[in-house]
Amino acid sequence: MSFMNWIDERFPATKVWNEHLAQYYAPKNFNFWYFFGSLAMLVLVLQIVTGVWLAMLYKPSAADAFASVEYIMRDVDYGWLLRYLHSTGASAFFLVVYLHMFRGLIYGSYRQPRELLWIIGVIIYVAMMATAFMGYLLPWGQMSYWGAQVIVNLFAAFPFGIGEPLSVWIRGDYVISDATLNRFFALHFLLPFVLAALVFIHIVALHKVGSNNPDGIEIKKNKDENGIPKDGIPFHPYYSVKDVVGVGVFLIFFTAIVFFWPDFGGLFLEPPNFEPANPLKTPDHIAPVWYFTPFYAMLRAVPPMFNSQFPGVVVMFAAIIVMFFLPWLDRSPVKSIRYKGMLFKVAIAVFVVSFVVLAYLGMQSSTPTKTLLAQIFTALYFAFFLLMPIYSKMDKTKPVPERVTK
Amino acid sequence: MSAEGVDLKKRRFLTVTTAVVGAVGAGFAAVPFIASWNPSERAKALGAPEEADISKLEPGGLLRVKWRGKVCWVVRRTEQNLADLKSLDGELADPNSDVETQQPAYCKNESRAIKPEFGVLVGICTHLGCSPTYRPDVAPADLGADWKGGFFCPCHGSRFDLAGRVYKGVPAPTNLVVPPHQYLSDDVILIGIDGGAA
Repeated sequence: MSFMNWIDERFPATKVWNEHLAQYYAPKNFNFWYFFGSLAMLVLVLQIVTGVWLAMLYKPSAADAFASVEYIMRDVDYGWLLRYLHSTGASAFFLVVYLHMFRGLIYGSYRQPRELLWIIGVIIYVAMMATAFMGYLLPWGQMSYWGAQVIVNLFAAFPFGIGEPLSVWIRGDYVISDATLNRFFALHFLLPFVLAALVFIHIVALHKVGSNNPDGIEIKKNKDENGIPKDGIPFHPYYSVKDVVGVGVFLIFFTAIVFFWPDFGGLFLEPPNFEPANPLKTPDHIAPVWYFTPFYAMLRAVPPMFNSQFPGVVVMFAAIIVMFFLPWLDRSPVKSIRYKGMLFKVAIAVFVVSFVVLAYLGMQSSTPTKTLLAQIFTALYFAFFLLMPIYSKMDKTKPVPERVTK
Repeated sequence: MSAEGVDLKKRRFLTVTTAVVGAVGAGFAAVPFIASWNPSERAKALGAPEEADISKLEPGGLLRVKWRGKVCWVVRRTEQNLADLKSLDGELADPNSDVETQQPAYCKNESRAIKPEFGVLVGICTHLGCSPTYRPDVAPADLGADWKGGFFCPCHGSRFDLAGRVYKGVPAPTNLVVPPHQYLSDDVILIGIDGGAA
C-alpha cells in the first residue's frame, strides 16, 4: 500500500486534486483575459504575506503610526520592500480585478448558470474596497486622515437621525481618532482572511458550473463517450502552466514599479500622505486612491437635495449595487461579445469610457465644467446597466457555433 | 427507532422554541461587541469646553481652536466684511439661518454671532467633513469676481461666506455649525457651553 493510499483513506487528497486540477476540464480556447483570476489570487497571497510582516513592525496608534511607517522605511532591513510590495500590491489587486471583471462583462460570464458566481465575485469586490479603505488610514498621513473623514461621513448622511450616531459608532469618537485607527487596523488584518474564504467559495461555485469562455459556449453540452467535454482540457497541466507564464509577465511589470516607481506619480502613494495627519487642516486637494475615484466622482456629481447630501451617497452606493443585478439585466440570446451586435459593442465602449473619465474626474478638484462632465458620465454609467434589458434585446446578434473556435 | 407515536407537532414546537431562544441569546451576546464600538468614557470626557483667547486676534484674522477634536474657528470680521454680509443674501441657500440645528438660538441673526465682530464656527464642512480654507481675499482669480471673502472647501468646492452661510448650488447642504459658546470676558470665549443670549 502506497503512502498516497494511506492518506486517501483518511483524507480525499487525490480525489480533490483530480476533481479540481488534473481532471477538471476547462475550455480549450481561453485567451489572455483568463490570466487575471489567477493573478488576483497571487496578489491576495502577496498582500496577506507582506501585510502580516508589516503588522509585526507597525504600531496602530495615532501617536506612533506615522513614525512606525517611517521606521519600517528607513530602519528595518528590507522594510521598504515589504511596504512597497504591499502598497503597490493594493493598486495591482484592483487593476487585475477590474480586468477580471471586464472579462466577465465582455464574455457574458455572469449569465445563467453563473449568476451566483458573479454575485460572489461582486461581494469579493466590495470586501476588497472595505479592506483597502481601512488599510489606507493606517499610515496616518494627511490623505489617510481626511480620506477616512470624508468616507466615514458618508454614513452620517443617512437620514432619519440614524446617520450621525452611526458615523460616531464607526469612528468610536466624534472625529477620526486613535480609536478609529486602532479598530481599522484590526479589521484590515481580519478582512483579508474573509476575502480568502470568499475566494474559496467563488472557486467552489466556478467548479460547479464550469468556466465560461470567449465564445460563451457551454462545453458541457458536447461531451465524448467518457463524459469529458470535447472542447475541454485538464486544468493541470495545461492552464497551471499557462498561468505561470502570466505570473512571470505580471511580476516583471509589478516589480519594475515596486523598485523604480513605487508612488507611481502620486497615484499609488499620494503626496499629502507624506505629511502626518493634522486634524486642524485639510490638504488643499484631496482625492481617494485611483481605484475609488470613479465612485468619488459620482458622489460629487450629485448636488444636495432637501438640505441633505444623502442623494449623492445613494448614487455612489447604487453604482456598486447595480452590479449585483447584471445577470438579470442582460436579455441577449448570446453570451459573448463575439456574437453580440453593434448596440452592445457601443454600450460597453461607452461604459469603459465613462468609467475611465469618471476615474480621471475623481482625481481632479471640481470646477463647474468638470462637475457637469461628471454628471453626464454618471448618467452614462447607469444607462449601460439600466437600459441593458432594452438594448440587449434589440441588438442584432450573430449565430453561435456548436463548438468553440480559436 | 419507529416513527410511530411521534408527536410531530410537539417536535416542531420544540424546534422552533429552541431556535427562537437561541436567537435571542445570540442577540444579547452581540451587545458587548457592538457597544464596545461606541465612544469610550475617555473620548466623551475630551468633549469638555475649550477657552479661546481672542485678545491678539486682529481684524480679518482667524484663530483655530480644537474642541472635541474638531477644529473651531474664531474669525474677526472687519466693518467692510459685516457690510458685505447683507449683500450676499441672494446667493445663499439659507441666508436667515432658518435651519435650527446649525446654530444656537442666540446666534440666529445676520452675522450668526453674539458679537457681530467675532464669528465662532466649527471648521468642518457640512458636506463630508473636510476643513474649509479661510479665504478672506476679495475677488481672487480662482473664486471669481463676486467673492467677498469667506471659506472655501478644497475637497468638493463648497463655498461659505464669512458668517459660515453656505452658497447655493454647492455640495454642502447647510450652513457651518456655530457651536454653543459664551464670553467669559471681552478677551476670552468659552466654546462648548451656552451662556444664554448676551
